[in-house]
Amino acid sequence: MPLIDLANPSRFLALAAKLLPWLVAATLFAFAIGLGQAMVAPDDYQQGATVKIMFIHVPSAWLSMFIWGIMSLAALGTLVWRHPLADVAAKSAAPIGAGFTLLCLITGSLWGRPMWGTYWVWDARLTSVLVLFLMYLGVIALWRTVEDPSRAGRAAAILTLVGAVNLPIIKFSVDWWNTLHQPASVMRLAGPTIHSSILVPLMAMTIAFTLLFVTLHVTAMRNEILRRRVRTLQMLQAQHAAGA
Amino acid sequence: MDLGPHAAFIVAAYAAAALIVASLIGWVVLDHRAQRRVLGDLEARGVTRRSNERTEQA
Repeated sequence: MPLIDLANPSRFLALAAKLLPWLVAATLFAFAIGLGQAMVAPDDYQQGATVKIMFIHVPSAWLSMFIWGIMSLAALGTLVWRHPLADVAAKSAAPIGAGFTLLCLITGSLWGRPMWGTYWVWDARLTSVLVLFLMYLGVIALWRTVEDPSRAGRAAAILTLVGAVNLPIIKFSVDWWNTLHQPASVMRLAGPTIHSSILVPLMAMTIAFTLLFVTLHVTAMRNEILRRRVRTLQMLQAQHAAGA
Repeated sequence: MDLGPHAAFIVAAYAAAALIVASLIGWVVLDHRAQRRVLGDLEARGVTRRSNERTEQA
């Protein structure tokens, strides 16, 4: 099937119905592996058992940025190609992105208290991630404020692309400024600095979280398509009632 | 499994993860049921899309 065929919402719904059982099974399997490995992973020589927080903090941090990246691509789809599913994809991803960004902030605070002696500092990494969370809330609020989905989609797309400027700031904040947060230790040109006994569970959990996002996103997109059908039918019903 | 002196922070972090993931799953499942129910009600009242009407006439 050519990729462009997926632009048809009915075809997307049919594909989602076939894909979702497999995605759910793959997500559950990945979490069983990831959590199993996280439980038996050794303690860090400096951080002790608190390193286990990393197995949920890093995947949620990755997803918080990845999802905004997906929304930015969808925003281009809305503004440049007017792809029928682009703003459906963006709107459906925003609450999921907000959830994972909130999880990143909470787990970071809970990790910071025993390691840094504080739940929060206004340094570049933490503040830029907080800004990302507020931008997610802003996009969600914009979608809820504008009633017409196509107008809301264009406005949200512009806000999303403006907000994408924050992604490199988050990524390089630990290099550009002095922060309490440690520098990159996984996604580095020179390779990861983490020992394989901790890196393998971390990768397994990252795959599990990413599969969870894909499953939630496909489900939320399916819901959004149904919501738009409901809206169309309600408008038709109102037109019939007005003409009767 | 010994979580050491900071066990409360580790347990709280995993509990927060479970709560947020459960909330997201609950949101998509309940939203799907709600949309299906409203769509079913509208179709039961005979409200259909024009594309459906054209398909039925053909």
